[in-house]
Amino acid sequence: MSANRDKAGRPIVVVTGMGMVTSLGAGKADNWAKLTAGQSGIREITRFGTQGLKTRIAGTVDFMDVEPFSSAALSSRLAETAAEEAIAESGIGARGDFPGPLFLAVPPIEVEWPHRQELAAASGANDTVTYDDLLRAGATGRFNAMHRRFMFGSVATDLAERFGTKGSPISLSTACASGASAIQLGVEAIRRGETDAALCIGSDGSVNAESLIRFSLLSALSVHNDPPEAASKPFAKNRDGFVMAEGAGALVLESLESATARGAKILGVVAGCGEKADSFHRTRSSPDGKPIIGCIASGLEDAGLAPDDIDYVNAHGTGTPENDKMEYLGMTTVFGERMKRIPISSNKSMIGHTLSAAGAVEAVVTLLTLAHQRIPPTINFDVPDPGIELDVVPHKARDASMRHAISNSFGFGGQNVSLVLSREPS
Amino acid sequence: MAEARSAWITGIGIVSCLGEGIDAHWDGLNAASPQADTTTFAPYIVHPLSPLELDKQIPKKGDQRQMEPWQRIGTYAAGLALDSAGVKGQADILSHMDMIVAAGGGERDASVDSIVMSGLPKAADPDAYLNERLMSDLRPTLFLAQLSNLLAGNISIVHGVTGSSRTFMGEEAAGVDAVRIALSRIAGGQSDIALVGGAHNGERKDLLMLYEFGGFNQKDRFAPVWDRGSAGGFALGSLGAFLVLESPEHARARGAKPFAALRTVLSDNVKRAPGSVTRTLGRMWDSLAPRIDPAHVAVMSGATGASPATVEERDFLAGHPDIAVRAPGSHVGHAPEPQFPFNVALAAVAVSRGNLFPPADTTGVERPMDRSVKQVVVTGVGHWRGEGMALVEPAA
Repeated sequence: MSANRDKAGRPIVVVTGMGMVTSLGAGKADNWAKLTAGQSGIREITRFGTQGLKTRIAGTVDFMDVEPFSSAALSSRLAETAAEEAIAESGIGARGDFPGPLFLAVPPIEVEWPHRQELAAASGANDTVTYDDLLRAGATGRFNAMHRRFMFGSVATDLAERFGTKGSPISLSTACASGASAIQLGVEAIRRGETDAALCIGSDGSVNAESLIRFSLLSALSVHNDPPEAASKPFAKNRDGFVMAEGAGALVLESLESATARGAKILGVVAGCGEKADSFHRTRSSPDGKPIIGCIASGLEDAGLAPDDIDYVNAHGTGTPENDKMEYLGMTTVFGERMKRIPISSNKSMIGHTLSAAGAVEAVVTLLTLAHQRIPPTINFDVPDPGIELDVVPHKARDASMRHAISNSFGFGGQNVSLVLSREPS
Repeated sequence: MAEARSAWITGIGIVSCLGEGIDAHWDGLNAASPQADTTTFAPYIVHPLSPLELDKQIPKKGDQRQMEPWQRIGTYAAGLALDSAGVKGQADILSHMDMIVAAGGGERDASVDSIVMSGLPKAADPDAYLNERLMSDLRPTLFLAQLSNLLAGNISIVHGVTGSSRTFMGEEAAGVDAVRIALSRIAGGQSDIALVGGAHNGERKDLLMLYEFGGFNQKDRFAPVWDRGSAGGFALGSLGAFLVLESPEHARARGAKPFAALRTVLSDNVKRAPGSVTRTLGRMWDSLAPRIDPAHVAVMSGATGASPATVEERDFLAGHPDIAVRAPGSHVGHAPEPQFPFNVALAAVAVSRGNLFPPADTTGVERPMDRSVKQVVVTGVGHWRGEGMALVEPAA
């Protein structure tokens, strides 16, 4: 068996480039410094008026220049920024000529309120405005650019054109597991031998009034507005929901063989991917935890590792009462008594829940954690939950010796994905 | 690359304006008289869904209420596909069945949108007004009926498909890539059995608006897709299509009978310029050509009527004048995400029956086929991006 193949005889998939943007800043260096300092990127929302809303905070990315603004345009810009960093670090291909496919996790694209208002105004309707009026405005041809902008495939097409990825770019959604699914699709394509490299990105710039209100109506969001940086409280007893956030994570995946042949620096390994769908409920996990357990177990099996091999868990850890309880149940079932001693931390305590991007952003942070042998903390862990006995690495970053880690991502619609990430090829 | 193994198509679930199931579709297509609704959304033309008895595939009213039409259409079609494959209710198979759904989403509540749009210009504080209205008028569960991945979520809940669940977005290309990746995973040994497809509700003004921005809607005059000319558009259709794809070993082990084999799916995304669609389809055809038997092959075209994609596809087909072509879109309308799985399903039916339905076209693109059909090439060209092609053959 070649050294370039795993125990199952498949090409080993390594990471040769990574990039990220969050509310803490652009780039890995800046983010890593702030994450290990326990800094929060959560702030009061200034992008739109929050009058009358229960939640007025988010981890927005406000330092990008996007014109004309839309969630799709911001998602595109965030993805582009993260991908630039990842491709530059990897040194793969040539400028505008990435030698592999694109897998993009992106929020569902929608026409937004400012655009509806613009169309309504253009229609000349003066009292009751209906879709017939918007259709009439649309038929003038003056809003041609909105067609491309609001196609579901628009962000992926932007990126495919910019980076010259090969073949049909995939836009995907597995809700809050999307970023991890993008990585999984890349891993699978490389393992099948279809490509030597893949560009996997998760991006989300969808903090707008309606998106926030939708989550708010499902009682999913923290209403701890003051101070904003204390709102996201994963695993704490007083956790009261997640904090919406924006960001992007990008990874250049490559077969070990291809990376070695071109002398690329190997930043880590995607050793395994587990997934399992849950048929219990649209927003809640099966109370027996079986889908989460099956997901983590299948990730370990895919990686050819045993529970004892795992040294760190990057939690989904959203800070909703439900998620953190179910994640705890799943982890303790798979890891048993040892789970009390495995460090598990939630990046979301600092950067919030970057939704479609989270799986990719947190995979990047997990690989940085392995590379630096240092664990970013779970902040805001002031009131431990007696029902959740975990070492959440509270408040302060910690040095640790780690070879293998798990990054969990779970989402509405019964989506569960666990990535098993390793420091170096074994 | 080594030649990949094929997957068997062992289940088909289709619903459209022609009805539900294989026989209703074959009968409707054989009637060769495409119809559409030219009045309800005039000047726009749509192909409305033939009414479904939802209880047959979505037994719980509570589940039906949690969905918007596009999700009901898809969950219903998925149930038909599972029935057709003989795996409905078989938990041991469904629990490892993989799922890839091609989805749009975002079905709006038109009355809420209208209230907000009407009130915003008069509001003293527009932001406060928007927040207040949305907080009080949006149904909390509407979000779940809009989320793209919640068609897959509903299929997991209603039918128990839980091996894996992935949703691809991106109009026509999403449908092509969903089928392509499901096939690649099976051929590559990463999956044994997969449910793949999508759903679309074409009876929506918010969607008509989206396509109207780019001038893609056919207006005023209904005609078969080949007869809409160089300024032609598409007529949206309500449609659901799911396939059960399976490795031959897995299908044999459970005694499943295949409709056909899905041999190859190709997809690309070339930057559109005059002639680019014609060239891309030509290149894809050339790569399939060594396997194609010109005497017994037909083309199941995904042509939508929208210019310039359909005009360019017609130019490509003109290079193969002896091959019979059918465009089901004339009959069922255009449903971006599920169109390609739908046409793969019809291709499988044609291969399994050895014949094709008659032409429904007066321009000469579609011609009668008097020889038996042994292979079908399926095309899928996106109205603004994405090109796909598949080869369906008899299951060996």
